[in-house]
Amino acid sequence: MTSLTVILLFAAGIVAGRFILKNDSVRKGVDRLVTFVIYLLLFLLGISVGINDKIINDFGKIGYTAILLTIGAVFGSLILAKIVYHYFFKHSSERRD
Amino acid sequence: MKGSLIILSFFTVGLLGGMFRLFPDWILDDRLTTYALYALMFLVGISIGSDRGAFSIFKKMKFKILLVPLLVIVGSLAGTAVVSVFLSEINMREAMAVGAGFGYYSLSSIVISQLSGQELGVVALLSNIMREVTTLIAVPFMVKYFGKLAGIASGGATAMDTTLPVIVKFTGKEYGIVAIFSGIVLTAIVAVLVTLLLELF
Repeated sequence: MTSLTVILLFAAGIVAGRFILKNDSVRKGVDRLVTFVIYLLLFLLGISVGINDKIINDFGKIGYTAILLTIGAVFGSLILAKIVYHYFFKHSSERRD
Repeated sequence: MKGSLIILSFFTVGLLGGMFRLFPDWILDDRLTTYALYALMFLVGISIGSDRGAFSIFKKMKFKILLVPLLVIVGSLAGTAVVSVFLSEINMREAMAVGAGFGYYSLSSIVISQLSGQELGVVALLSNIMREVTTLIAVPFMVKYFGKLAGIASGGATAMDTTLPVIVKFTGKEYGIVAIFSGIVLTAIVAVLVTLLLELF
C-alpha cells in the first residue's frame, strides 16, 4: 500500500509541477521544502538506527556490504558505458574533433 | 560534497541521539515518517515536473542519448545483482534496490528504509554516498579506461548536479548535456524503480 501511494503521489506531483512551470517563487519554495523534508527524514532515520542495537553492533558489516554494492554498481555501469561509447558515440565525437 | 556532509550530519546527530536515548518516543511514530515520505514524494514530483529543462531536453536529443541512462540502469542493477551472490546477508532484490539509488542517497535510503527496514536503508545511504564520492575522486581514471561516458555512468543521478563539474572538466563540454539528461532521467526514476524492486516484482 505504501509503495503504491508513493508512486501515485510522485506522479501527481509531476502533473501538478507542469502547472507551476512559470512561477519561480513557488518552484524555489518547493525545492526548499524538499531539502527540509529530506533533512527531517534522515534525522529520523538516524534516530531509529541509533536505538536499534542490532544495526549499531553490525555497523562494520553494513559498511562492508555497502562498499561491495558500490563497487558492483559502478563497475557494472562502467563496463556498459565502455561498450555503448564504443559502438554509438565514439565515431560521432571523433568526427567533431 | 557539501550536501553529503550536511545530510550525513543530520543522520549522525539523529544516530547519536538515538543511541543515548535522548528523544521522546513519539518522534518515531510510524505515521510521522510515512506522511513525511508521502509529502516528500509529492514535492519531488513537483520539482521534476516544473523543471523547464527536464522536458524540453527530450525534444532536442537524438535517440541514442536514451542509451545513456538505460546503460546506467542495466549496469547498476546487474552489478549489484552479481555482488549479492557473494553476500549472505543481502538478497538479490535488496541489492538491486540499493543499486537503483544511482547515487541519489537521500531519497533512495528514505524509501528503502520505509519499505524494507532501516538496516537496508543504512546500506543504501552509505553505498550511494560512496558512489558520489567515488565519482568525484575517480572520473579522470574512469574516463581513461572506460571512455567518455564513464563519468556520467558512474555518477548516475548525481551527473546532473554534484558530479557535473568534474564530468564536464574531464570529458568535455559536449558531454555536459548528456550528463544532465542522464541525471534527470535517473533522478526521476529512482523512487519508482526502488519501490518496484522491493514490493512488486
